[in-house]
Amino acid sequence: MVSVDDYGQFETAWCPGCGNHAILKAVKKALAGLGLAPHEVLVVTGIGQAAKAPLYMNCNMFTGLHGRSLPAATGARLANPELTVLVESGDGCSYGEGGNHFLAALRRNVNLTLLAHDNQIYGLTKGQASPTTMQGMKTKAQPFGQPSMAFNPVAVAVAMQAGFVARGFSGETEHLAGLIQEAVRHKGFSLVDILQPCVSFNKVNTFGWYKERVYKLGPEHDPTDFGQAMERAREFGERIPIGVLYRNDRPPLEANMPALAQGPLARRGVDREALRRILQSYA
Amino acid sequence: MSANINILVGGEAGQGLATIGESMARAMTRAGYEVAVCQDYMSRIRGGHNTFAIRTGPDPVLAPAEDIDILVALNQETVDLHLSRLTGRGVLVAGDGLAIPAGTPCLRVPFRTLAPKPLYDNVAALGVLGSAVCGDVAILERLVSEAFAKKGAEVLEANLTVLRAAYAWVKEQDFSFACMPPAPAENAGRLMLHGNEAIALGALAAGCNFVSFYPMTPGTSVVLTLIDKGRETGLVSEQAEDEIAAVNMALGAACAGARALVSTSGGGFALMCEGVSLGGMLELPVVLVVAQRPGPATGLPTRTEQADLNLVLYAGHGEFPRAIFAPGSPEDCFYLTHRAFDLAERYQTPCFVLTDQFLADSYRSVAPFDLDALPEPPELLLSPGEPAAYERYRLTEDGVSPRAIPGFSQALVRADSDEHTEDGRLTEDLAVRVAMQDKRLRKGQGLLEETVPPDYYGPDGPDLLLVCWGSALGAALEARQTLEERGKKVAVLHFRQVWPLDGRQFLPFLESAREIVAVEGNSTGQLAALLRQETGVLLDKRILRYDGLPFTARFILDGLEKLDS
Repeated sequence: MVSVDDYGQFETAWCPGCGNHAILKAVKKALAGLGLAPHEVLVVTGIGQAAKAPLYMNCNMFTGLHGRSLPAATGARLANPELTVLVESGDGCSYGEGGNHFLAALRRNVNLTLLAHDNQIYGLTKGQASPTTMQGMKTKAQPFGQPSMAFNPVAVAVAMQAGFVARGFSGETEHLAGLIQEAVRHKGFSLVDILQPCVSFNKVNTFGWYKERVYKLGPEHDPTDFGQAMERAREFGERIPIGVLYRNDRPPLEANMPALAQGPLARRGVDREALRRILQSYA
Repeated sequence: MSANINILVGGEAGQGLATIGESMARAMTRAGYEVAVCQDYMSRIRGGHNTFAIRTGPDPVLAPAEDIDILVALNQETVDLHLSRLTGRGVLVAGDGLAIPAGTPCLRVPFRTLAPKPLYDNVAALGVLGSAVCGDVAILERLVSEAFAKKGAEVLEANLTVLRAAYAWVKEQDFSFACMPPAPAENAGRLMLHGNEAIALGALAAGCNFVSFYPMTPGTSVVLTLIDKGRETGLVSEQAEDEIAAVNMALGAACAGARALVSTSGGGFALMCEGVSLGGMLELPVVLVVAQRPGPATGLPTRTEQADLNLVLYAGHGEFPRAIFAPGSPEDCFYLTHRAFDLAERYQTPCFVLTDQFLADSYRSVAPFDLDALPEPPELLLSPGEPAAYERYRLTEDGVSPRAIPGFSQALVRADSDEHTEDGRLTEDLAVRVAMQDKRLRKGQGLLEETVPPDYYGPDGPDLLLVCWGSALGAALEARQTLEERGKKVAVLHFRQVWPLDGRQFLPFLESAREIVAVEGNSTGQLAALLRQETGVLLDKRILRYDGLPFTARFILDGLEKLDS
């Protein structure tokens, strides 16, 4: 029996009140609830405050480069199809620096879960606009207001018919843990965009701002209906839906890779007889 | 004079010259002759002017050459551009529609008589070529049979008829080209493959089971070979969205227990540099093949150069150990790629194979690689003893920490790109930082001790020492041979590992030569500068080639004359 305690308790470098604390709690709860022991899980991250998450729990971890967590996670997952792979990083890392990788992951549909800690601001570099910063928001780097439109990750994911698209809120920890569990269970790429306040650098999208707006999708929402999903995915203003926006059962990338049927690459040796045959094909 | 000949097939892209060239090279290989191919092509799918040159014969072939003995012209441009290179014994092979200067020794091939339609012209050309060198028609028939077996009996028979007609037609011509002497018997059973195929096979022999890539000439054929041949060995491949993704995928895969390779060229490699640094920090084994082509930027995309030594040597921010191999032949490509995997695994750091377009595309006849001589890949640590106490970056005497693979035991593997403690947790403890950096660098000492020494060819205390690396080897050896025949005392020092460099292995050679000339395929003398940095020896005489073409003996001999004048 796996318990949340197996994932440990660590001192963090996050600000008091940061949404990351609640997200970390939800991740541990979700994994323990799925009966996954820490050694069965690999958490891959990029760079940023969110990317520090696996430092604060027991698990295998790969903290790599800014923006590059999805390719690294894809590689790990293809090397060992028995490993549960999660990616945790912020909106800057996942949608900005790693934007091309995000688009490719939606198409590729490898079986892993992206938990995007989305506070609509750059925290680690102290308050510049991120891809999800709302148009017009003033920062020290955008003194006349962010001129670009905000990136809508969930709408893009739905448009690409990603296998599993959800939105969570750090202020709804139980609900978020449930979403993460569903995402991990989903066989294919799953995105959970997690709204969270940045208490230090985002004075617009505060805890109260989100709290006022988020509402849980109820049974009236059919996540297998593309039209409904797109409508809800584009809803971001006076009201913001949280829950599973969209899902389908596209076969994951792994299903098209016959080599993976033989199990993890780490267990493979060198087949010298096969090599001899291959050499002779050059005669 | 050597009985070897140089055949050049020229035409537009899309005319099938590579098909003719490859078939002819394979026929010569199967007959037991030596073969070295040099492909020169433009960056386009149709049109332009491309050539496929085969140097072949009973004697070892070291490099491409300018002189042509049989010029196969598939279009007028080939005649116009290359006829002046025909030797005194040479012959032009051209369709009867092309304009040929009077007096040119020529086989005017009546393609429309020999073949029912242009579709068969390649097979007709092969028959003419094979017959011109008195090749065994049975070998040609077998090649054609293999090529057309899947197209059905009718198509195959039609092609064989054209082949035989073309072969017989040559015999009826008033034609004095000397038959090739018999091939050395010990060459039986040879394989024909190019440098990039040899790299891919070396990788498979080392247990490579993962490749992630973004296509870039001339690095792509390593990947395509791996994907094709790796079907039999269970290789996993993924085409990435860009080179940054490719290298990060390989690192993620390596962390999870794959033996991973990426292959690219200069521009793509430039994008991978941050990932290379990550590999150094996470201490992950990954092999990067960099097939050089002329830069800067897009440069000459399909031509050759040796100008990315500095790029690969200094790639990635920060300091970490690495090994860089520079194969001089397909045999080197095979064995050194295997070695790169072995070292990457044992020292947990990125290792490189630095090749170039010329070697990448150069088919050779080679003796089958000795698989039994290769060591087994190092065993992976799936279950460390005392998993609860496992530390990914434990400080050790040689700097190598036990590298557990995540997911196979209770041990938790923490790979952290921040400076980290022994158990892989981020730290800003500056004393730990120093200890970790020292640990990583200690692995460099081990790599240094395992450096493959440069090969020395020729007499001790030579009047002239040619210093080269990578694919320049063959031309340098041929130049040496020519000079020796002229009575000069010449030696060649060839580096097939260009980093780390261990001066103890080669300083005596540099010190005992009367004159040293560096021979490099770049415009600044990158290895010469590196040797100066590492040993203090100044190699200020240089023969540099950066026109996109590979070295030939003549280029080096001409260069020596210019240095002397």
